[in-house]
Amino acid sequence: MTIKRSLFGVIHGISALLVAFFLFTGMAYAAHPDVSDSEDAIQAGQSLFNANCRTCHRLDQNYTGPALRGVTERRSLDWAKRFIVNSQALIQAGDAEAVALFREYNNIVMPSHDFLSDDDVMNLLAYIEYGDTAEASAGAAGAEGTAEGAAGGIPSEYLTIILVVLVFVLLLILVVLGLIVSVLKKYLSQDQDLDQDDKEFIDQKTDIKKVFTSDAFIIIITTIVVALVVKTALDGLYNVGIQQGYAPKQPIAYSHQLHAGEYEIPCQYCHTGVEIGKSANIPSANICMNCHMHIQNVDGKEGISPEIAKLYDAYDNNKPIEWVRIHNLPDLAYFNHSQHVAVAGLDCQTCHGPIEEMEVVYQHSSLTMGWCIDCHRNTEITTQGNEYYDKLVQLHSESKDALKVKDIGGLECAKCHY
Amino acid sequence: MKENKKTYWKGLEQLTNDPAFVKNADREFPENLPLHKNGDGGSNRRDFLKMMGFSLAAASLAACEAPVRKAIPYVNKPVDVDPSVPNYYATTYASGGDYASIVVKTREGRPIKIDGNDFSPITGSATNSIIEASVLSLYDKQRLTGPHINGEKVDWAALDADLGAKLRSAGSIKIVTNTLLSPSTDKAIEAFSEAMGDVEVITYDPLSNFGILKASEQYYGKKVLPSYHFDKAKTIVSFGADFLGTWISPIEYARQYSQGRKISKESPEMSRHFQFESNLSLTGANADYRTPIRPSQSGLAVLALYNLLARRGGASTVNAPAIDIANLERAAEELWANRGQSLVVSGSNDPNVQVVIHAINELLGNKGETIDFAKAAHFRKGDDERMIQFVSDLNAGRIGAVIFYNCNPCYDYAGAEELTAGIGKAKVSVATTESRNETCNAVQYLAPDHHYLESWNDYNPKPGEYSLAQPTITPLFDTRQVQESLLRWAGNNTSYYNFIKQNWREGYFTEQDQVSDFDMFWDGCLHNGIYRVEAEVEEVPEAFGDISAAAQAIGRAYSADNQGVELALYTKIGIGSGAQANNPWLQEMPDPISKATWDNYLTVSQKWANDNGLKMQEGGTKKARLTVNGLSIDVPVLVQPGQADGTIGLALGYGRTVAGRVANEVGVNAYPLLDHSKGFVNYDITEGVSVELLSENYRIAQTQTHQTYMGRNFVIQESTLGEYKEDPNAGRYHPEIYKEGKFYKPSKISLWSGHKYSQHHWGLAIDLNSCTGCSACTVACQVENNVAVVGRDEVLNRREMAWIRIDRYYSSPEGATENKELEKAADNPEVTFQPMMCQHCNNAPCETVCPVVATTHSSEGLNQMTYNRCIGTRYCANNCPYKVRRFNWFKYHDNKDFPMNTPQNDDLGKMVLNPDVTVRVRGVMEKCSMCVQRIQAGKLTAKKERRKLQDGEINVACAVACPTEALVFGDMNDPHSKVSNLLKIKENDISANKEVNEERAYHVLEEINVSPNVWYFTKIRNKDKNEA
Repeated sequence: MTIKRSLFGVIHGISALLVAFFLFTGMAYAAHPDVSDSEDAIQAGQSLFNANCRTCHRLDQNYTGPALRGVTERRSLDWAKRFIVNSQALIQAGDAEAVALFREYNNIVMPSHDFLSDDDVMNLLAYIEYGDTAEASAGAAGAEGTAEGAAGGIPSEYLTIILVVLVFVLLLILVVLGLIVSVLKKYLSQDQDLDQDDKEFIDQKTDIKKVFTSDAFIIIITTIVVALVVKTALDGLYNVGIQQGYAPKQPIAYSHQLHAGEYEIPCQYCHTGVEIGKSANIPSANICMNCHMHIQNVDGKEGISPEIAKLYDAYDNNKPIEWVRIHNLPDLAYFNHSQHVAVAGLDCQTCHGPIEEMEVVYQHSSLTMGWCIDCHRNTEITTQGNEYYDKLVQLHSESKDALKVKDIGGLECAKCHY
Repeated sequence: MKENKKTYWKGLEQLTNDPAFVKNADREFPENLPLHKNGDGGSNRRDFLKMMGFSLAAASLAACEAPVRKAIPYVNKPVDVDPSVPNYYATTYASGGDYASIVVKTREGRPIKIDGNDFSPITGSATNSIIEASVLSLYDKQRLTGPHINGEKVDWAALDADLGAKLRSAGSIKIVTNTLLSPSTDKAIEAFSEAMGDVEVITYDPLSNFGILKASEQYYGKKVLPSYHFDKAKTIVSFGADFLGTWISPIEYARQYSQGRKISKESPEMSRHFQFESNLSLTGANADYRTPIRPSQSGLAVLALYNLLARRGGASTVNAPAIDIANLERAAEELWANRGQSLVVSGSNDPNVQVVIHAINELLGNKGETIDFAKAAHFRKGDDERMIQFVSDLNAGRIGAVIFYNCNPCYDYAGAEELTAGIGKAKVSVATTESRNETCNAVQYLAPDHHYLESWNDYNPKPGEYSLAQPTITPLFDTRQVQESLLRWAGNNTSYYNFIKQNWREGYFTEQDQVSDFDMFWDGCLHNGIYRVEAEVEEVPEAFGDISAAAQAIGRAYSADNQGVELALYTKIGIGSGAQANNPWLQEMPDPISKATWDNYLTVSQKWANDNGLKMQEGGTKKARLTVNGLSIDVPVLVQPGQADGTIGLALGYGRTVAGRVANEVGVNAYPLLDHSKGFVNYDITEGVSVELLSENYRIAQTQTHQTYMGRNFVIQESTLGEYKEDPNAGRYHPEIYKEGKFYKPSKISLWSGHKYSQHHWGLAIDLNSCTGCSACTVACQVENNVAVVGRDEVLNRREMAWIRIDRYYSSPEGATENKELEKAADNPEVTFQPMMCQHCNNAPCETVCPVVATTHSSEGLNQMTYNRCIGTRYCANNCPYKVRRFNWFKYHDNKDFPMNTPQNDDLGKMVLNPDVTVRVRGVMEKCSMCVQRIQAGKLTAKKERRKLQDGEINVACAVACPTEALVFGDMNDPHSKVSNLLKIKENDISANKEVNEERAYHVLEEINVSPNVWYFTKIRNKDKNEA
């Protein structure tokens, strides 16, 4: 092994590093180095955030204001600090970025926070950049549905573009490296005082054509291609009709995050049917009007919100609101909410996901039969205090396993299909 | 065990083992699927390519995004309406004098199912097929959408202005109606008549019982229709009265009748029923002794019975021509023995005959016992004499205005033609029916009423019995209640709702002292649907006692030996008077006796067929020209076992011309054949009838021979009361299987490991002694389970979809292969009805053969059918020994090839569908699910209330509708359930094959040990021992 030979290894290593580097920078964002990622700073920042910012901001979701994570990367640290302390001052000063942002978010005035010390602001930024990563994943899932997922985590379509560009660049680099290799080879082959070993190494010719036409290669490639095609086709077929993640635009931009999450209105206040019948019921306008008779806009804002105006329009003109149905079971499947909520005592979130965090509701579960059956296989029955199950519990008492839905016919066809 | 030696047959073709029948019986699916209308069967290569192209396109289409579906909530949700949660409202059905207190199930504000009202002492929880089906007529496209003047649609203001003035100046106003049972309607008419002056109400009924009213007037001095108590009668004699099917108040009578015929080992007593009739009626089919007689003999038979009884009672006899009628002497003997506990009725509309019937019941001391004048029935007030007078006045131009109040006399009155001609002579003519019918086309003004499910009303079917009707849906169209129209024309602008309420506030409310607040009183009555005043009775009239005039008239009008052909016009239990003929459920409901659908036909005896060289097989027959007093119609002929020799029968209610797309031109209209020349509408035409067989072939869509058991005769197990008293096992067939030198009960030998039902084990017990064959269950099932209507052509192809059918078996002492023997066998066969639906076998043969496991067994004993898994191999149907699985040969919904299937094809008709049951698609098998949607709903209610399920909480649609409680559904694991008690099931038995200790209970085809969860109870006839 000579130095010259190890040169190749170095070149290869560089290309590998290149790939890794580009991949890394593509996936992550870099907060400003001055922003601390210490636990204390994040915690202090969190309490400040909750007290002052949460009404309008989320880390990873556009809300009343933009999603904040990554702000020190997008903007200068100084700019961010100034904006936090007194955004209006910055806007009135005519800062282009600030003005654009103000316009983008419907000219909503962000209150000044001049009571915050510089340390406070840094802690706040620490939380913004490094806090609550769990929220980030939920937010990302939510963002899939929103059409305008501008800032925050990198939107998926941009990610794709970046990846494509990266692949292109890497390929270019590989070509360049290949050229370098061939140049080096040429150069080395002119060098006469190579030992036998090295010579062989340089002279060895891989007959690419032969490799490509070899039976083994063809078989392997064909197998891989067929397997991929079959897998894609099967996956595609399994996904026909599955609308997981479906988050259509609704006629009124109603926010569950606001109503169920922030104001903690119990689900059943509006979804009145959930304990009594098959349908949970999309609330009728008169239920909305119970509150919106008085509440005409989000906190602290004057006038009637355009979204609430739509509700008034529907209510006053006796015009039902045509919500877009998100959870569509096929007609051949019978599902009853009250069985699952009133009898089994399941939380809404079990099937509907973190609904209290959804700005726009999306279909959380796949709603496939496999998904139903899985749950029926694994879920224990709440039998306590329900005389209906007494006999079943008694008969099951000899068994070591808990009484599950499957044990009382929960996997039978006619439980759902008739 | 004594083996039953009878021959059972479903149709004459089976009795004679007709080759065509045998061939078809062998084949489960006799017809090939006509994929190509031009007759070119099978698919070729091009079709394959086309189909492949289509499949590709379909697959790629399916991969596209699913369509956007909307969820539209109420703007203002009514407090008591929750989507997906049914509401029930008590209301009342009354039409043409038929009455029932009912409970209507609504979903999201749409009525979808009708059940009987338990609180009603008259009809109870029972209904009949017509009432079950009436919910669909609410969604009939034939309904009028608003008022019309001379065919032009107008608004109510215009109609009121125009008509109000015209009525005031019209002079004599006649309101023609069927029997009205409503006190408030009477008051509204009174108010109308006060404002207008000369107003008279003319009542007629398409199925007239004027004869009884007139007879009561002659014999008791009071026009009154008594109430009957068939339950209290030990001996029942009926002369042509089809009281279980179509006579006056059949639901009420069937309930009572079955009470007197429920037997058990502990109380082996039942009533004995003699029937003397011409056509084989539903009631005749249930009789213990049935004697076929000619209509011309019926009057004399009644007189002869009177004389027989009078002789026994020492009363004076009347002069009557001698007549020899089988079983009459015996009937007289038993009637006399059961004085005060017997009942004699007659279906004749001849007042003279009814006078003698009154006298017979007086002789027997039945008044006050089985015949109740104190609680007289108001069901039939039709006055044929007044109606005849009215039509002649109309034609003479003596009538200024005529209002046809929810009736259709231009179709269903005997003198319809004359009436229609006369309408033009009145200055003003108005019709108020909610649907366009024959009468609507003859009048100037249409002021359509609401459908009864959209209306307010009150009813008074009997003294002291009241019931309310309330709307179950907002009116669909721009209609208005007639009572309100009358009030409006009279210048009174109150709504009819306020009008009724006011009547009740001033009347019934003040007459009671239970409730002090009117609103509470009113709400209570509305909730219950009924209101009773026990004390309110009518005075019981005293008999005049003289029947000599009637006897003389009978002697003149009837004869013992008429030689000519006689026509007995009857009504079918499904179609009735024809008022609801546009209802496809009723058209497709097989007549319980003839098993024919979508047609009426001339019923003839086997002798007539032999004499005329007619051989009928598989519905294939010829048409005949029937001529009655100069009027001819061509009508198909049906050979009807049990038809009295020399008589023919023809059903009314068909041949509608303005009924709508379903009923128009189905069958022939027999109303013009009725005779009203004698002052009453006569349904028996004894003179001037001739029949000539034509060469034109025709096929009647009969269903009975469609499923057969291949000669296994123990499907029906029956005995006589005498034998049953000696041995409760009488008539039972106990098959044994030979294995290794020993005989075993079939249930002891099984390949199956057997199920265990830990929680529930659903079962159905069917008492063949109680089932009258009325078929209310079949329509109830069709409504509940969205069963498709397939139409006449597809019934002919044996593709009817009914999940429950009533198998009708004839039986005769011996078989027949030749015509002469056939005549004897078909002369007067015994009849047994057997409701047949999926037997939910514990060892189900269908489950093992399904290649895709689309039919499986549940842990509660149900045989489940999963449509979305079914690929339509039909192996299961092939392997089903009961032939209860039905295959969807076509997509019956949203398919213009099946326009008659209105509940699944009309946008309006679809509102009747049960949202809890899937509408099946083409290519899947379906069958009775034992109303699994009701079982699931009932269990859920119990679970939500954290309690045990109570017996009776869940009931299947067929059992709910049954007027005789022949079907009892329940949990066989619950030792206290009704079904467990009936079957005498041992406690704590949770195995699938339960030990049933009731001697009468048997499984159909027990020998094959499929172990059904449906049990049948032997039919016991109240005959003497040696006559079985």
